[in-house]
Amino acid sequence: MTFDFEQKLASHGLELRATSVATLQVNVGKLCNQACKHCHVDASPKRTEIMTRETAEQVLAALRRFRILTLDLTGGAPELNPSFRWLVTEARALGTHVMVRHNLTVMFEPGQEDLSEFFRAHQIEVISSLPYFQEQQTDAQRGNGVFTKSIEAIRRLNAVGYGVDGSGLHLNLVYNPVGAFLPPAQSAIEADFKRELQSRYGLTFNQLYTITNMPIKRFLEYLRRSGNEERYLRKLVEAFNPNAVAGVMCRRLVSVDWTGKLYDCDFNQMLELGVAENAPQTIAEFDPIKLAQRRIVTGVHCFGCTAGAGSSCGGAVA
Amino acid sequence: MSYYEEDDLSRFGEIGKHRPDLFAKFMDWYQACQEDGALSKREKALIGLAVAHALQCPYCIDAYSQSCLESGSNLDQMTEAIHMASAIRGGAALIHGLQAHNSVHKVSM
Ligand code: SF4
Ligand code: SF4
Repeated sequence: MTFDFEQKLASHGLELRATSVATLQVNVGKLCNQACKHCHVDASPKRTEIMTRETAEQVLAALRRFRILTLDLTGGAPELNPSFRWLVTEARALGTHVMVRHNLTVMFEPGQEDLSEFFRAHQIEVISSLPYFQEQQTDAQRGNGVFTKSIEAIRRLNAVGYGVDGSGLHLNLVYNPVGAFLPPAQSAIEADFKRELQSRYGLTFNQLYTITNMPIKRFLEYLRRSGNEERYLRKLVEAFNPNAVAGVMCRRLVSVDWTGKLYDCDFNQMLELGVAENAPQTIAEFDPIKLAQRRIVTGVHCFGCTAGAGSSCGGAVA
Repeated sequence: MSYYEEDDLSRFGEIGKHRPDLFAKFMDWYQACQEDGALSKREKALIGLAVAHALQCPYCIDAYSQSCLESGSNLDQMTEAIHMASAIRGGAALIHGLQAHNSVHKVSM
């Protein structure tokens, strides 16, 4: 069995190249009010690395100049960056579609009480992690008390129209396996989430995305501590699905870190694997034409995107 | 040599070194049984888990515990399936008590 991703691609006559830059995914910093066990960013309340206004202005300049369709804001908890609301407001004024990777509990931090209203006012697409519809699993992964707060946050989002049919306000939830196993079929588990959240709490949402845990950073530490590393990697490699390769997210997005450096995805960003050398390296040099055909920089973690039905920021891909 | 090795689960295919034709037939049938049909994959994984417990096969218990997780089941649901298997085993043993009763009555005054 090969753990070499490039070799695996080659054995199927494939190579990984970008096709376009439809989305700019901006990680505005590692500061977060949570410290989840599976976090690939190693984010926590102790982290101090966050994007400055100057860099955020360069992001905005790139959106304006090249009319990028979607701005996908992530972190940490992106809302904790002091430039967050400014960047969202300016990007929306350009007509850019804005998605926020919102962890739900940040809504209860000081100064964030009106967050659901802010999202609604700017017609933001909200994407939120809820690893499971039961408290025990969710708290095991994301910390004690997170489930209860998350339920309350979804209630607030529903109250302003998020996840409610016909409102046009999208609330998509993210399922992660709580442990060293692969996610179930997206449509099957989505039906379970819808039924359980509705019957237990009267909550609604639009879509459920299943995302595979990446064997990097905090989740990799967990795999090592629990003696699951080899078994999990083997599982990912055995589940390699050549049909998932066309849908991996790096083919259509560029990821920006808090300093303005460019990467093929948020995972490569955390591993400090920058974009191919012959492509622009920073947001100041950003040029979607030069980035569109770039060769993607890969590693063993890429098996996480191509296992089974595949995994991306928008869930399963195949 | 110990009787059960965890790694043997991934070596299952080696059974097919002898009479590969039979093993291929078994695998085709086995795989086809797992797919979504009138029952969902998740329901089938729970049945697999229950049967694995009734048979007390450590390989199957490990494999179907993973299948249950990977088809979205939680420990409450899995434990209910295990109770079903155990209850039916228990009931099946108990109803044979009537055989014993019949046997005793047959020779009793
Ligand atoms: S997974 Fe999300 S919410 Fe959890 S620590 Fe990481 S960035 Fe924060
Ligand atoms: S890990 Fe990143 S670079 Fe690798 S396949 Fe996934 S999205 Fe692409």
